[in-house]
Amino acid sequence: MKHTIAVIVENKSGVLTRIAGLFSRRAFNIDSLSVGATDNPDYSRMTITVEGGEDVLEQVIKQLSKLINVIRVSELQPAESVERELAVIKVAADRENRSEIMQIVNIFRASIIDVSARSMIIEVTGDVEKVDAIVQLLRQFGIKEMARTGKVSMVRGARVIKV
Amino acid sequence: MPRSKMTGAQAVLECLKREGVDVVFGLPGGVLLPLYDAIYQSDIRHILVRHEQGAAHMADGYARATGKVGVCIATSGPGATNLVTGIATAYMDSVPMVAITGQVNTFLIGKDAFQEADITGITLPITKHSYLLRSARDIPRVFREAFYIASTGRPGPVLIDLPRDVTVEEIEFSWPELHLPGYNPSLKAHELQVKRAAKALMEAERPVIYAGGGIKFADAHQELVKLAKTLNAPVTTTLMGVGTYPEDDPLSLGMLGMHGTKYANLAIQESDLILAVGARFDDRVTGKIASFAPRARIIHIDVDPAEIGKNVRVDIPVVADAKNALSALLGQIQPKPRSAWNAKIEGWKKDFPLKYIPDMNVIKPQFVIEKLCELAPEAVITTEVGQNQMWAAQFFVHKDPRKFISSGGLGTMGYGFPAAIGAKMGCPDSEVIDIAGDGSFLMNCQELATAVVNDIPVKVAILNNGCLGMVRQWQELFFERRYSATILGRTSPDFVKLAEAFGALGLRASKPSEVEPVIRAALASDRPTIMDFIVSPVEKVSPMVPAGATLSEILELEWCEESHAAHVHGIVGIPGSMEECL
Ligand SMILES: Cc1ncc(C[n+]2csc(CCOP(=O)(O)OP(=O)(O)O)c2C)c(N)n1
Repeated sequence: MKHTIAVIVENKSGVLTRIAGLFSRRAFNIDSLSVGATDNPDYSRMTITVEGGEDVLEQVIKQLSKLINVIRVSELQPAESVERELAVIKVAADRENRSEIMQIVNIFRASIIDVSARSMIIEVTGDVEKVDAIVQLLRQFGIKEMARTGKVSMVRGARVIKV
Repeated sequence: MPRSKMTGAQAVLECLKREGVDVVFGLPGGVLLPLYDAIYQSDIRHILVRHEQGAAHMADGYARATGKVGVCIATSGPGATNLVTGIATAYMDSVPMVAITGQVNTFLIGKDAFQEADITGITLPITKHSYLLRSARDIPRVFREAFYIASTGRPGPVLIDLPRDVTVEEIEFSWPELHLPGYNPSLKAHELQVKRAAKALMEAERPVIYAGGGIKFADAHQELVKLAKTLNAPVTTTLMGVGTYPEDDPLSLGMLGMHGTKYANLAIQESDLILAVGARFDDRVTGKIASFAPRARIIHIDVDPAEIGKNVRVDIPVVADAKNALSALLGQIQPKPRSAWNAKIEGWKKDFPLKYIPDMNVIKPQFVIEKLCELAPEAVITTEVGQNQMWAAQFFVHKDPRKFISSGGLGTMGYGFPAAIGAKMGCPDSEVIDIAGDGSFLMNCQELATAVVNDIPVKVAILNNGCLGMVRQWQELFFERRYSATILGRTSPDFVKLAEAFGALGLRASKPSEVEPVIRAALASDRPTIMDFIVSPVEKVSPMVPAGATLSEILELEWCEESHAAHVHGIVGIPGSMEECL
């Protein structure tokens, strides 16, 4: 079972280490982790995907909440939230297959952000499944390099997760 | 607020004073020279230790005996790493402590400078929180936060890493307000949960209260006693909870778990409702978790929400400080009469008392503990780890929550003696006795110098069995008596001479008849004193739940191993005679 949690943390040095350290010490599995700024420069927001049952999720949330620099921890229910991930993918592309690749890019509403004689960089945004799907399709051309951000999530509607 | 200019080092001392610190335990080094210069000019008492591990355990013992935050200081690099075992010990047992470590100059951090160690990194998993200071301006805030975090909620050690240049930087001192948006220890019990718990307690036919160290930290033992007496509910304690319920009370079941009483373990297994307060269902307590208390509903009161549901399923969770939760419960329950359950438990207590085979010729370690209890019933007892620790828990009648001090979670050999020194600093009017093993005592015996030089008259009772007894016991029971690396025999020093070499008093008892005179002489002495009791080398801690077994599968060991014990009688009596017999 995969769970997505949003964690608001103080924007201080060492906070990421504390969170990573907690996960390794308590033998929790992180699937993905992304960190970035919030509208308040004192705080950052992490989106963490963890693997495990309800009991694991409960421990993850409680243990994270114990860290002094952690301000808030909330689970995001997939049905009630939107999630996005961004990937940049460098694929092998030449005159022969360039148009075929561009078709795939169009279908996924992805974009091409760099082109050279033998490669292209494609940028795609979407939920994790969408990113997985385009990666799968691009594999046939040869993926030379890929970087994914890990996902960020937000609850739909008026509800907010803030400090 | 009036402001004044001072150095970072002076600011540290000012913070300690404002936090009510009267004693610190430490040992200086290069980067700490400015701090120690400030200590020299301060009226806070500094106890110079002989190994930093001792400083951490002393701060810990001081904290456990007084309930105040203990403070230890070590220099950068090896000084700081020497604290690690002591910090981990305090962390596992939730002891309020502030550890101050020196660090290399901020501009050298990360350059592998001389005596640089990433101590905040090393101690990350064994501290409640930690700080690496970068500017002296942060000193007041960081110290204020550190003491607050260490001593509130579920207590624990907080480390402050103090680079050298930070201690010489000049600042205007001002005492800030606390601002910790991510730290709100939940102290007050939820009313509805208390109601549910009270209802369950009133309905239960076979309740057992299972009390842990949380009672001590919350000062909730009076509420605990009231609750047990109102409900006529028996009380068993964890090792950390020893003393929270008076063991001479008829409702006391003593300790539970691996070396708990048989009746406590049977009561748990037959119970229909367990009220756990400030305890964490450790594997040494529950035995095989799947068959732990199979018929019981579980109410769990703990100040740390993460403890609830961590090891066992809980029916009624109550997140609160133990004192608050128990007081709230007291308002919701009515007196219950004695029941068939009480009678059943009394029967078990009669049938399965803690026992050992007394001996006329060889000193039984349990006999030493009984004598200590008889002659110094009010003493603060600290322990080392191993058999000595279990016998100290079992055979001393504990009545006071702050008078049994032992490394439970980490099980740190070498803890008891420095902890005794710390406890004595906190409670100078109490007799403080470390119950030790010959193996453990040597791990921090250098602190004899600290005790002697600072005139801290703690007493040590070494149960000298010539072996790493607890491990030897397991080898006897589970490894066909292959005593691999557990026989110390002649290799231990003469503890009487060792005491004398440090300027302490050394006494020895080799026969049962000498036990009482030795204890009396030690208690009469106003010097640090070592009592070397030459005890039976083959005695085992009993009863025992083998690791991974269900609590009701508890074995009473002494009675099946009688012949083996008899075999060695007569050859014991002088230190180092064990090799022949084992
Ligand atoms: C620092 C440390 N090292 C090793 C152990 C493992 N251990 C647990 S009990 C024990 C034997 C202790 O021997 P001693 O102090 O003589 O006490 P006894 O069991 O004989 O009373 C050992 C080695 C430990 N708990 N702590």
